[in-house]
Amino acid sequence: MYLSRKSSDARSIFNKAMTILAGTLVVVALIPLLAVLSYVLIKGFGRLNLDLLTKLPPPPMVPGGGIANAIVGTLIMVGLASLISVPIGIGSAIFLSEFSNPTTAQWIRFATNVLNGVPSIILGVFAYSVLVVTTKTFSAYAGAVALSILMLPTIIRTTDEALKIVPQEIRWASLGIGAAKYQTVLQIVLPAALPTIVTGVTLAIARAAGETAPLIFTALSTQFWPNSLSQPTPSLAVLVFNFATVPFKNQQELAWAASLILVLLVLTTSIISRFALRRKTY
Amino acid sequence: MTHYSPQTIPQPKSQVEDTALEAVNLNIHYGSFLAVKDVCLKIERNKITSFIGPSGCGKSTLLRCFNRLNDLIETFHIKGEVYHENQDLYSRHVDPVQVRRRIGMVFQKPNPFPKSIYDNVAYGPRINGFKGNLDELVEQSLTQAALWDEVKDKLKQSGTALSGGQQQRLCIARTIAVQPDVVLMDEPCAALDPISTLKIEELMNDLKSQYTIVIVTHNMQQASRVSDKTAFFNVEATPKGKVGYLVEYDDTVNIFTNPRQIHTRDYIAGRFG
Repeated sequence: MYLSRKSSDARSIFNKAMTILAGTLVVVALIPLLAVLSYVLIKGFGRLNLDLLTKLPPPPMVPGGGIANAIVGTLIMVGLASLISVPIGIGSAIFLSEFSNPTTAQWIRFATNVLNGVPSIILGVFAYSVLVVTTKTFSAYAGAVALSILMLPTIIRTTDEALKIVPQEIRWASLGIGAAKYQTVLQIVLPAALPTIVTGVTLAIARAAGETAPLIFTALSTQFWPNSLSQPTPSLAVLVFNFATVPFKNQQELAWAASLILVLLVLTTSIISRFALRRKTY
Repeated sequence: MTHYSPQTIPQPKSQVEDTALEAVNLNIHYGSFLAVKDVCLKIERNKITSFIGPSGCGKSTLLRCFNRLNDLIETFHIKGEVYHENQDLYSRHVDPVQVRRRIGMVFQKPNPFPKSIYDNVAYGPRINGFKGNLDELVEQSLTQAALWDEVKDKLKQSGTALSGGQQQRLCIARTIAVQPDVVLMDEPCAALDPISTLKIEELMNDLKSQYTIVIVTHNMQQASRVSDKTAFFNVEATPKGKVGYLVEYDDTVNIFTNPRQIHTRDYIAGRFG
């Protein structure tokens, strides 16, 4: 049986050792994720009730209460930021992939990558100096603008990639039966790329929802319901930042619960993007 | 007489009465590179004309000149003239989008849109502002493309879910739904099995009463089976690269039984290419 494998030879042993090493490293890589998720779950689960989702945070030393205002604030600001960044981002990506010449496209892609690398706190300071200082008030608007700048590069890049995957032949086919360029883009290319674009947008939204730094400078936070877009507005991320560091037990518990809600929000968006990807054509 | 623009373009070249497309001293360039040189060719109306020749001889490039699809390639430009029904296709006044509405194209790889079968066929008429009964037109186009019986119960299903041969017939239906004058086919059977190929060939025969068809093919049997006229292209090496040129253009029967040029004889005998 000269073809049989000897488990004792050097190659087999090396093979096994490497497989075990790689497997171990995967486990090590997963530990932080599992640890964070389970810790947040354990710490936050106790306060996961209706009060949490419907009531305002109490003053120090007062028990109970919830984080409803922060949830609403986050939804408002992320929603507003999406309204700003999604049209601009998708529009830019369409220009990049379908209309611009290669040299221009290269520069715009480079600029997008640079913007993607700018630390979020700098975006916060920028929005602070442009919107908060000039209007003399912290506001949901300023927060939304900061978040939208943060979302923009992700949306542009993923949409650009999504459009590039759509095969050239489909564009030719459309042009070949007498479609104008804009008809081809709007009616053929964009629908074909839509699932991937939706994924990119949800990822951008998930990232924006968890950002703290840009909001500290722009939306600040309050203990009350947000009642105007031009006033300081609470958010989950800033609430976690504020409450986690105070010496009151109730506030700390609320911070954990808020973290859990935030994680669940991000998880939900990821799941939505997974479902969108299932409908992918290319 | 078709009109591409509000302005009438006076271009009555000396033409045979039944010429649909004509290339006059056509040179095709990519940047400074000459890809195809000096083609003079008249394509007759309601006939099937096939372009054969070895790879790189420029037959697909030439085909795409007839509906200005090469315009999408930035470095592309031509010298010489191309006429469709006496109009210079490359005149300044001509809108390439209008040209492509008149001169449709079927590609090598079946490329249905990721839409339903119905929408694939209806897309062309819709963007062209078709006002009549769209259902009827879709049925008629699919019937003409010999696909109706296979898909009539699943018009809402995605066009990409069909088999390769069905996809290609869907692409043909999509092309003829805008009722063009000419259908250009760029190796339409290259990706298909022999049975699907046969179906497409039968289909081409049915279509030629209504359309002028130009087909590029690597399959010489196919050219001899389906076409009325055959143009043989060859490629020659020059210091600046390979240049394609038209060797011989004649009735298909003559090309395959009694070619005048030695190159043509060698090629159809399978001695090169």
